[in-house]
Amino acid sequence: MSEQTLQVFIDGVVRFFEHTNDKNVKVGTPYLVENETPAAYDVTGIIGISGPYRGCVYFTAPRILLKHLLLSIGETETTNEYLFDLVGEVANTISGNARSAFGHEFMISVPAMIEGAPDHIHLPKNMRSYVIPIYWKAYHAAVVICLEC
Amino acid sequence: MLSLMIVDDSNIIRRKIERCNDSDKFNVVASACNGAEALDLFVKACPQVVTMDLTMPEMDGIACIQQLVAIDPNVRILVISALSDKATGIEALKKGARGFLCKPFTEEQLIEALTELTED
Repeated sequence: MSEQTLQVFIDGVVRFFEHTNDKNVKVGTPYLVENETPAAYDVTGIIGISGPYRGCVYFTAPRILLKHLLLSIGETETTNEYLFDLVGEVANTISGNARSAFGHEFMISVPAMIEGAPDHIHLPKNMRSYVIPIYWKAYHAAVVICLEC
Repeated sequence: MLSLMIVDDSNIIRRKIERCNDSDKFNVVASACNGAEALDLFVKACPQVVTMDLTMPEMDGIACIQQLVAIDPNVRILVISALSDKATGIEALKKGARGFLCKPFTEEQLIEALTELTED
């Protein structure tokens, strides 16, 4: 995956955080991981990708980050339902931004939200994923891109 | 005052639109979490303005726009979606939407988009 392609996903994350009360999001250096051990925090929003690119993109974050993120967009409800909604919206923004860059052939699914242990995420074992670390306030989250093109 | 229906599968977005809503101009009469529910509520509540997400389960926004316009050709639909590519915007407009607002959005952007939609 080229640096330019990765930048499209990074721009998508930054775009979401720019609409919060604390815009000070930092993006770490992306790195490759084996899909045997997918990166995941407490709550994850996954978007399936089809078309010229195939695979998935997901945003994963700890509960505490998501609760603060909800408050920073003016939402006072911080129940599980809203945490799920939030990871879905972040994942949607990231993949929507990618569709804008790659064209409408870049097909994206409705987000699926999951909670809990990383072993609930099954990625193709013959591929590797890029992890983009996200730092916001004192918390860490990640965007993971597992795409074949 | 214009009646407004919100269609989005995200609680966060539905509540955000309700909070941003300029109560002097709009009265939220219905709120739906997918296209199928929106069709049901549209017939019952007869809103003049609709905010419409595109990527939703059961029935997506494009299919829903087409059906809403078939029921009421005068309905004013503002698409609010993270799908910001030109082709999607054009398709929504061709099906009968009157405006497009990209997610994430600010309160000011929403009010401006709704105002433009209703001033046409």
